[in-house]
Amino acid sequence: MNGEVVLGLFVPAHPHPLLCPEKSPGWARLREAYEQARMIIEESEAELILVYSTLWTSIIGHQFQGLKEPEWVHVDHDFHYLGSMPYKFLIDTKFADNLANSAKARGLESRVVSYHGFPIDTGTVVALSLLNPDNKLSAGICSSNMYSNRAETIVLGKSANDAIKKSGKKVAVVVVSSLSNRMFTDKIKPHEEKIHSQKDDEWNRKILEFLDDGRLEDVSQLSREIHQQIRVQKVVAFKPMWWLAGVMGQHNNFAGKVHAYESVHGAGCAVVSLIPKLDEVGDKEYDEDDVETYHGDRNVLDTIISEENEEENNDSELSEESSNENEENLEKESFSSSRAPKPVGAYPHARKVGDLLYLSGVGPRQPKSNAIPGGPVKDVTGKNLDYNMKAQTIACIENIKTILEDSGSSLEDVVDVTSFLINMDRDFADYNSIYADYFGEIRPTRTTLEINALPTPIAVEMKVIAKIKN
Amino acid sequence: MGGGRIVAGLLAPHPPHLVYAENPPQNEPKAECGWETLRWGYERLRKQLESIDYDVIVILSPHWQTYVGTHFLGLDNFKSLSVDPIFPNLFRYHYDINIDVELAKMIHDEAESDGLSVRMMENPDFRVDYGTITSCHLTNPKWDKPIVSISSNRSVHYYSVEVMQEMMIKLGEATRKAIWKSGKKAVVISSNSLSHRHFVNESEVPEDMSKEHITNHSQYLWDMKMINMMKNGKTKELIEMMPEFTEQTVAETDGGALTWMLSSLNYPTYPATIHEYGTIIGTGNAIATWDTNDEKRTIQGVSSK
Repeated sequence: MNGEVVLGLFVPAHPHPLLCPEKSPGWARLREAYEQARMIIEESEAELILVYSTLWTSIIGHQFQGLKEPEWVHVDHDFHYLGSMPYKFLIDTKFADNLANSAKARGLESRVVSYHGFPIDTGTVVALSLLNPDNKLSAGICSSNMYSNRAETIVLGKSANDAIKKSGKKVAVVVVSSLSNRMFTDKIKPHEEKIHSQKDDEWNRKILEFLDDGRLEDVSQLSREIHQQIRVQKVVAFKPMWWLAGVMGQHNNFAGKVHAYESVHGAGCAVVSLIPKLDEVGDKEYDEDDVETYHGDRNVLDTIISEENEEENNDSELSEESSNENEENLEKESFSSSRAPKPVGAYPHARKVGDLLYLSGVGPRQPKSNAIPGGPVKDVTGKNLDYNMKAQTIACIENIKTILEDSGSSLEDVVDVTSFLINMDRDFADYNSIYADYFGEIRPTRTTLEINALPTPIAVEMKVIAKIKN
Repeated sequence: MGGGRIVAGLLAPHPPHLVYAENPPQNEPKAECGWETLRWGYERLRKQLESIDYDVIVILSPHWQTYVGTHFLGLDNFKSLSVDPIFPNLFRYHYDINIDVELAKMIHDEAESDGLSVRMMENPDFRVDYGTITSCHLTNPKWDKPIVSISSNRSVHYYSVEVMQEMMIKLGEATRKAIWKSGKKAVVISSNSLSHRHFVNESEVPEDMSKEHITNHSQYLWDMKMINMMKNGKTKELIEMMPEFTEQTVAETDGGALTWMLSSLNYPTYPATIHEYGTIIGTGNAIATWDTNDEKRTIQGVSSK
């Protein structure tokens, strides 16, 4: 059974609610709100808590805490005079590996860090200490890459969702961040506590109004504007909502609740809960690309590229004999058809080797619209839906036909077929009957497999090898 | 007391890679080799320091970041394990550092009286940042001198490089005055690289030197411009150039260490000794000394009040 996100939380990073809530009424209210959030986690029956803290900044890709029982006495760099924060957390190490692998599968640089004494950031320490004080739940902790912008952060969130599904567990996801992050740059007394400026306060309230209405995607889309308006201009963008939308779903279908909104040393701090809602469709005010796989520029030390360059350089000095090999290499062409659905990863639709054409796995998605004939197998929340297998199989084979024709081959030239079904018992008969309509007379060899899941909500994918027409 | 003085200023970058490659007993990971030319540069710096008599190292590192004022380590000793949050595979260093609390407090007080927001850090559980540890280890691996560790106030994020410089110039002046009052001979260290655009992934073998180079030519040109100013004693011009340099190269000079150090030296007009320049994951790093012992290099501007 797939795991799922049962709850999302947005909580503040400052140590004041943990170390000295009694010193300020606002800090006390944040502490109470933290306690409410802890109880919501308990009621949600979450089995695992996943934390993304904007205070754990990484620069070499994305890092995931992988030590089973990290233990330390943490002290904040700025607020060290408030006291120490001893902690001992319980990490789900298998889940940490899944997080890293899922991130890699979506094109991200990632690694698990598993070292005694590795510095866990103040935000994570505060959140886990208050939300999961007895380690009833095991935890996952992921870093916030300093340079990653919207696309990369959303893909990171989606990869976390992949890992959650794979884990089979119910997961509470927690984002640790301020709203406006401008603190007073001088010492203040607790009773002088207030939001740094009216502008910061107005924007904070605007964001919270959206979240209270469950409009996560709207806040996610507003993130760049939020960064410009109320964030101190560091290298780091305001990205927690991108990640949260990536992991919980890029939509507004949530029941939101703001449990507290207060200032800590001038910064805007809030505790907010978001619970997935299935019975209501929220507003969507914006429409941007929904990125599935990252194809960014994280290849500075990419050896493959330099090796290719080296090969090119060497080629110029080669003899006539080896230039024949080059011609042969040139024949290894790849093809992508504009009439077929866009690939969901870094691969072409087809690749030619000799007189054979190898196709990537092809599903029923329609080019441009991405609609799935026969309907998707599940909705955005992961809820299973009814679908028409015959319609999906027809669309799948029609897509194959298009790619073959655009690559210099045809359905009649197919010599081998591998089919992947997500539910053999339910779908094989329908699939088999459509298959026979198209391939009954062509008679390529065939293998049909049942698999756990496909990257998009489809029930069938097929991969073929075909001859190329002379 | 009076009569104290700064005997040398150092630009001592803190990439943990250099400690990793040295294989000191304090560091858990072990390397095969790596970044030799920079490490040889540090050897030359240490050789030079052997001929300089000093009592204390005063260091400002950009990896102790504070947003509410400038902080100073305020206990006699800190002993713990430092794990680099970015390169934990390279740097897990067991440190045991003695602090010159008396001098730290004097600089703190002097800065406060000059209008800066300051605070002593007196929590015994506090973990010393890896920038301070790395620069101090590479400068003085015997750890036989106490240090004064100063945090990097991030006014640059709240305001601008210009505001950061104003504050760091004040802090440098306060440092100089406090050192004079203490009667001690101090080495001041700016712990930072120059251009700081770096690679965003790591090669499989970290010490694989075939992967090491400056991130881009523009960074290199900027680094050379700055180094040439250091070599020619043009530190005032360097300070004036700092905002543009910092912006163009995303330089760690945004943390204020270099401005603070040059201010504490009262902007030397004599040449710095450049021991080495090299790259680490694409960043530009120079190791330099301003030796104030030479008669012609006496720092001006310290009154005997």
